[in-house]
Amino acid sequence: MSGPLAESVLALAPPINFNIDALGNLFWQLTIDGLAYGAIYALVAVGYTLVYGVLRLINFAHSEIFMLGMFGQYAVLMLLGFAPSGNVYSEGTLLTIVYLGIAVLGGMAVSGGAAVGLERLAYRPLRKRNAPSLVFLITAIGASFVIQEFVHYVLPQLTDGELGGVNAQQPIRLVAPEEQFTIFGASVTNITLIILTSAFLLSLGTDVFVNRTKFGRGIRAVAQDPTTATLMGISRERVIMLTFLLGGLLAGAAALLYTLRVPNGIIYSGGFILGIKAFCAAVLGGIGNLRGALLGGLILGVMENYGQVLFGTGWRDVVAFVLLILILMFRPTGILGESLGRARV
Amino acid sequence: MTRDDSDSAHDPGAVGAGAEVGEEYRHMSEEAFGEGPVGPIILDEAVTVDVTDVAPELADPEVVAEIVAPTREIDTPLGKPLVELRDVTVRFGGLVALDTVTFDINRGEILGLIGPNGAGKTTCFNAMTGVYRPTSGTVGFDGQVLGKLKRNQITRLGIARTFQNIRLFSEMTALENVVVGTDARHRTSVPGALFRVPRHRHEERDAIDRGMALLEFVGIGAKATEKSRNLPYGDQRRLEIARALATEPKLLCLDEPAAGFNPAEKAALMDLIRKIRSDGYTVLLIEHDMRLVMGVTDRIVVLEFGKKIAEGLPSEIRDNPSVIAAYLGVPDDATA
Amino acid sequence: MTAPLNERPKGGVGDGFRSWWNAQSRVAQWAFGVPFILLLALLPLLNIPLLTTEGTNFGTVMAQFGMYALIAIGLNVVVGQAGLLDLGYVGFYAVGAYTVALLTSPNSPWNQTGEGGWLSSSWAWLACLPIAVAITAMSGLILGSPTLRLRGDYLAIVTLGFGEIVRLLADNLDEITGGGRGLSQVAYPRLGVAEDFPLGVFSAGNVGKTLNSGVWWYWVSIVLIVVVLMFVGNLERSRVGRAWVAIREDEDAAEIMGVPTFKFKLWAFVIGASIGGLSGALYAGQVQFVVPTNFNVINSVLFLCAVVLGGQGNKLGVILGAFIIVYLPNFFLGRTEILGIPVDGSSIAEYKYLFFGIALMVLMIFRPQGLIPVRQKLLTYGRELYVAARRRSKETAAPANPSAEVAK
Repeated sequence: MSGPLAESVLALAPPINFNIDALGNLFWQLTIDGLAYGAIYALVAVGYTLVYGVLRLINFAHSEIFMLGMFGQYAVLMLLGFAPSGNVYSEGTLLTIVYLGIAVLGGMAVSGGAAVGLERLAYRPLRKRNAPSLVFLITAIGASFVIQEFVHYVLPQLTDGELGGVNAQQPIRLVAPEEQFTIFGASVTNITLIILTSAFLLSLGTDVFVNRTKFGRGIRAVAQDPTTATLMGISRERVIMLTFLLGGLLAGAAALLYTLRVPNGIIYSGGFILGIKAFCAAVLGGIGNLRGALLGGLILGVMENYGQVLFGTGWRDVVAFVLLILILMFRPTGILGESLGRARV
Repeated sequence: MTRDDSDSAHDPGAVGAGAEVGEEYRHMSEEAFGEGPVGPIILDEAVTVDVTDVAPELADPEVVAEIVAPTREIDTPLGKPLVELRDVTVRFGGLVALDTVTFDINRGEILGLIGPNGAGKTTCFNAMTGVYRPTSGTVGFDGQVLGKLKRNQITRLGIARTFQNIRLFSEMTALENVVVGTDARHRTSVPGALFRVPRHRHEERDAIDRGMALLEFVGIGAKATEKSRNLPYGDQRRLEIARALATEPKLLCLDEPAAGFNPAEKAALMDLIRKIRSDGYTVLLIEHDMRLVMGVTDRIVVLEFGKKIAEGLPSEIRDNPSVIAAYLGVPDDATA
Repeated sequence: MTAPLNERPKGGVGDGFRSWWNAQSRVAQWAFGVPFILLLALLPLLNIPLLTTEGTNFGTVMAQFGMYALIAIGLNVVVGQAGLLDLGYVGFYAVGAYTVALLTSPNSPWNQTGEGGWLSSSWAWLACLPIAVAITAMSGLILGSPTLRLRGDYLAIVTLGFGEIVRLLADNLDEITGGGRGLSQVAYPRLGVAEDFPLGVFSAGNVGKTLNSGVWWYWVSIVLIVVVLMFVGNLERSRVGRAWVAIREDEDAAEIMGVPTFKFKLWAFVIGASIGGLSGALYAGQVQFVVPTNFNVINSVLFLCAVVLGGQGNKLGVILGAFIIVYLPNFFLGRTEILGIPVDGSSIAEYKYLFFGIALMVLMIFRPQGLIPVRQKLLTYGRELYVAARRRSKETAAPANPSAEVAK
């Protein structure tokens, strides 16, 4: 689109750069990078979608679980002896993978533990009292605040200023982005590869877990019909704990991948916006639908990139909400539909 | 905070979405916080009231009946079909819940709809009251065919119902519950209410007058200011009926109104249903209790597996072999 | 059967008060209410020792409280009355504020107070009030129409998205809204221009004295709150209010009882939006400088806190909730001792979100109905009934006691 039509559109919306040319030039680069970023969204989105499928609850505090995962892997790296600095450590490929592996385990442990703790402390008492959903929502918001402020104010005091606090942590970087090869003129870096492969493996594992194992069956049963599931001998409480744990583990892994991609992202408020967007991704794909969450995350990542180039950097964050509103208006059950538990209207 | 023991009489299978979510929670939280900063937390203000204090004319039952009587225009003359079901079929996917059901409900009669469990009574009921749209066939109401209407439009058209499992607005008092019903006939909207225009004030007066008369009519006038969830089970059923009557229906549908009643309460209910009919209403009654149905209805329609298998006077139905077979079964060696 | 009268726990002081209050005629209620309101209005001037904030100007704090109270009443209509989960209420607040700012700030391309505009400087703010309300109401209509058919949880997320979109629009549409720089020199009522107050008493520059701009804006907000409370009260005691409670309790049953649920849900949304816009206009006039960073999700959540804290559905309770949210952190700010006990007030004030979060979680477990969950009146002419009932309960309570003794 160019010429008079483009000009009239430009006249109507001065601050929006309708930059189609740039989109065309950078298309494959944007797509590849978008998929990598989207993979991170996807892993976080799974946490939202599983909990919603099993409990009909939007776990607002999941974004903080993600944030804790970032701090968890950071703390592990510090314990391993790395110090924050502006430079990148180069330990050699094998060692780097080992260190990253340990860090990701640390992040996952922190996130998973926090998720289970959240469920026990905040949601279980409410479930016992049959609270209406507004109450759960408010508790989730409260928990979100508490965790954020804990990292903001209390954590620095517990760790002598090493962790937490007002400012972002200085990054500990183990991997410098290096181009490995190109596809269609788009450069694929090692970081992109790490993110895409890890996310793929984790997603595959989760999909197999939910769809093929006994535990996964339990999750799906409770999502569809809690009462009958209980009658069949499935412990609802165990399944719920498992669901939270699974979401937390994936969020923790996503946290490490995120820090590879965005090294300066570790701050107490770093989870919030990403969490909201990941939730939008889950709804986009179909809330309660595992594969929908993965698909939604990837789509969001890619669309955000396109939107940023097409409309301008400031509009990047709007993409998620616009997609959300569009999908809720035209296909509320999401692209792949709700399936973990059938939608109860 | 006490809740009636006869809770267990509620139909356990049916779930009333909004009303029952959080019930336990409300009770639990009020019990958990027994003592407030200024004394025990009681949110109710009063227990019983003598409506004749406020509206002396309600002491006379005839006046009450007159206030409660329907005032809207009904096209169908007395005795002629008010509701006409013609070949109504309702399918859910592969399941045929109703199969070409055809019958009439005449104006001014009490029609009973019976059948064993799973016969399709509730589906038929829902098809008539607009909850389900028939897959094929038509429902005619007071001369018009019921098309695609929103549920609240159907009520305003003149079909009211009670629920198998009680769905009162538990936080509201009895009177307020009934007034929500009278509101269905009112037209004040937000601007009118904001500025308390004369129509609003007139309709509010009318709401309270009719509301109290309705409560007296069904026999729970004294409980007007009681929160509906504190009412005993029997009174809650009556309140549901009063609320449905408040919408001035051309057709009142009662869905198992006697569930959980003892014989004395059932007898009182029969009197109430007859009283409603004498006041000018047409009643459709779904019930399991045979004595109740035989005792109070003018005609009966019997469903089995979604089909109508009999229709006629109570005495005819009682002796009808296919009806007996439907309820009691047929011996193996006999042919149908 | 319900417990017989003599076994029911006796009502406490609060209950007795409420029952007495309900029996008063409207005239009597006003006669008691007006002095109480006057007392509240005079609080900043009375300079009560423990009450007055130290670190910040009490007048400013009360002005902020006035704004939050107005917002809480508006959000209460949406969340507390109709039961619609709205997490993006700050969006309406922003629309109201930006409407006033766009029409009156010299930085704005749509400024009407300069040459060729149709707003005169001294009355600009007042003239913009109804415009702000109307535009915000329209935005509520536009947002509500497609989204109110969604399930509750989805509505929450969509409204959250709306709030964020408004903020991002304000941030990105630089040439109209000034982007991150914001719009300054927004109009305010130019009244009370005198030697001491060259720019009028409502100007943000009027600080430090006892009758500073904060106090004046506080009084304006009191007036608005009283007016809004009257209107909302009228709605509560009408078919509309009853419909809202019915929808909140059991939407399907309400629909089947003839309540046009969608229409009234949309009205709740629009009314809530209007009140939010009104408060936004108030805010714009007060600080005279509008920036996108104030209109974030955190504020939406704080508004929700005020409603939940105060007691859902109770329009006076949410005012108390707003007071707690605004006043408490400011109480601690700058305070170094309370009644002789040394205290690090500023640190405690910093932790406010932590405390709010904990308070919310604890409240939801133990007292989810809020602090003052009084059951609202739903009937316009119900007073006679309340009087009769109260009379009756007094009559029957007395003779019941001796029989209880006998029964034992």
